[in-house]
Amino acid sequence: MADIADTREKPAAARPPERRPWPHWAITLTSVVCAVALWEFFGRNINPVFGSYPSAIAVAFWELARSGQLNGALYESLQPFFVGYGLAIVLGVPLGLIIGGWRVAGAALGIYVTAGYAMPLVALVPLLILWLGLGFAVKVAVIFLMSVFPICINTWLGVMSVPRTLIEVGKSFVAPNTVILRRIVLPATLPYIMAGIRLAVGRAVVGMVIAEFFTTISGLGAVIINSANNFDTATMFVPIIILMVMAIGLNWLIGWVERKIAPWQAEIAGQDRE
Amino acid sequence: MGEVKFADVSKEFSLRVAGELQHVRALDRVNFNVRDGEIVALLGPSGCGKTTALRVAMGLDAASSGRVTVDGSEVRACGYDRGMVFQHAELLPWLNALQNVMFGLEMKGMRGTELKDTAMKYLDLVGLADSYNRRPHQLSGGMKQRVGIARALAIDPKVLLMDEPFGALDAQTREAMQAELLEIHARTKKTILFVTHDLDEAVLIADRIVVMREGRVCEVMDVPLSRPRADLGVVRGLPVFADTRYRVWRLLHDDVPTAH
Repeated sequence: MADIADTREKPAAARPPERRPWPHWAITLTSVVCAVALWEFFGRNINPVFGSYPSAIAVAFWELARSGQLNGALYESLQPFFVGYGLAIVLGVPLGLIIGGWRVAGAALGIYVTAGYAMPLVALVPLLILWLGLGFAVKVAVIFLMSVFPICINTWLGVMSVPRTLIEVGKSFVAPNTVILRRIVLPATLPYIMAGIRLAVGRAVVGMVIAEFFTTISGLGAVIINSANNFDTATMFVPIIILMVMAIGLNWLIGWVERKIAPWQAEIAGQDRE
Repeated sequence: MGEVKFADVSKEFSLRVAGELQHVRALDRVNFNVRDGEIVALLGPSGCGKTTALRVAMGLDAASSGRVTVDGSEVRACGYDRGMVFQHAELLPWLNALQNVMFGLEMKGMRGTELKDTAMKYLDLVGLADSYNRRPHQLSGGMKQRVGIARALAIDPKVLLMDEPFGALDAQTREAMQAELLEIHARTKKTILFVTHDLDEAVLIADRIVVMREGRVCEVMDVPLSRPRADLGVVRGLPVFADTRYRVWRLLHDDVPTAH
C-alpha cells in the first residue's frame, strides 16, 4: 500500500543511471546505415535494369574512379558549378539588398525576380544553347539562373524583415542611410542571406545536371545519360549519389560559415546546443 | 543647458480603415516645457498621444504644425543633443553590450581607445561593467534596458528622451530601475522627458507630470516631493505621494474641460 514514505526519492544507488541523449551526428549516421542496409537487402531482388543496390553501386564507383573517368567528370562538372553558384551569390545578394532597400528599385525590378524564380528553366535551356553554344558558358548560365533567384528573394525578404525599430535606433544616432544599410540592415539580413545561399545549393546542383543532360558532352550528367542508355543502372547511380553527397557537404559547409559570421541567430534560437 | 519646449504642437495623420480614409488628430496644440535638469513625465491612457509627442521631440516624426525646440533650436530630425531610450531597449543583437554602447559614439565619430574607454565608463555607470562582452540575448530585460540607457547617455546629450523605458519589465525590476534612474539623474543632472502610463512611476520619479488625454494636455502638475528621493519605498508611504497620485488619477478619470 502506497503511503507518504514511498514518495521519497529512492537512494542514488537504486535509481536507473541517467541516460545521456544521443548526439546529433550519431542519430544521422544510424539512420543512413539503416537505410543503406535496407536498400542492400531489398535491392538485390530487383532486375538490374530497373534498379540497383549499394554494393553494386560501390563496385561501379570503384571502376569509374580507377579508370579516371570519375575524376574527369567531376572536374568538368564542378568548374561551371562553382562559377555559376559563385556568380549567383555575388550578383544575387546586392540585387536583393537593392530591391528590398529602395522602394523604386523594388517596384521596378522585383517583378522580374519573382517571375524568374518560377521560370521553368528546362524549357529555356534549348534557347540558352542557341545563344551560348554547348560549352562552359551555357552550363554556367543555367546554374546561375537556377540559383540566383532564391538568393535574391531571400535577401530581399531579409531586408524587409529588419524591424523598423532597429532602423530607428540608427536614425536616433543620426546615422546616414548608407551607414544604416551597412551597420544595421546588412547584419540583420545575414541570417536570411545565408538561408538563401543554402537553398540555392540544391537548385545549383539540379541546374548543373540539367545543363549536362542537354549538352551531354562531358561531366557527371554525361555519365548518367551514357550509363542509362547502356542500361548500366549501377553506374548510373554513382554520379547521383556523388551529387547528393556533394549537396550535403556544401550544405554543411555553408552552415559552418553561417555559424562563423552570424553566430547570434543560432544562439538566440537555442540551436547551438547539441 | 537642456530645455525642451513644446509650442502649439499638433500632429495629424490619415489611416485607411476598412477602405475609408480617416483623419486622426494625434496631438492637438500641445504646449509645455521641460526645464534644464528637470525630470518630466508624459502620462496618459493608451492612445492619448504621449508617445507621438515624444517621437516628435525625438525627431522621428514631424509635427503637422507648431514646433518643438531644444534650447531654442527647432527639432527637425534626430540629433546628438537628444538621446533616446526605447521601450524594448532595441539593442543590436550581433553586438555585445560594450559594442552596443560604442555604437552611438561611433556614429558621432569617436574612434580608438577613447571610444572604448568612454563606452566602458557609461557601462560602468549603469552597473554592467562585468557583463561588457555579453550579447543581448544573454542579458536579462533589466540589463538590456540599462545598456540602452548607457548607450543614450554615452553621446552626452542635453536631453534624455525615454519611451516607457520600464514598461516591458517585471514589477520588481521596474522598481529597481526607477531607483537607478533617479541615481543616474542625480549624478549626471540630465534633463529627462519620459513617457509612461504608470501613475506611481510618474509621481515617484518626475518633478512635474504632463497629463494628456485624447491628444491634448489636461494639466501640467507639480510633484511636491523633495529630492533626493533616496528610498522609494519610504516615498511611497508618504501622504504627499498618495495625495499627488490621487490628484493625477482624478484628472485622468474626470470629465474635466482641458486647458490649452
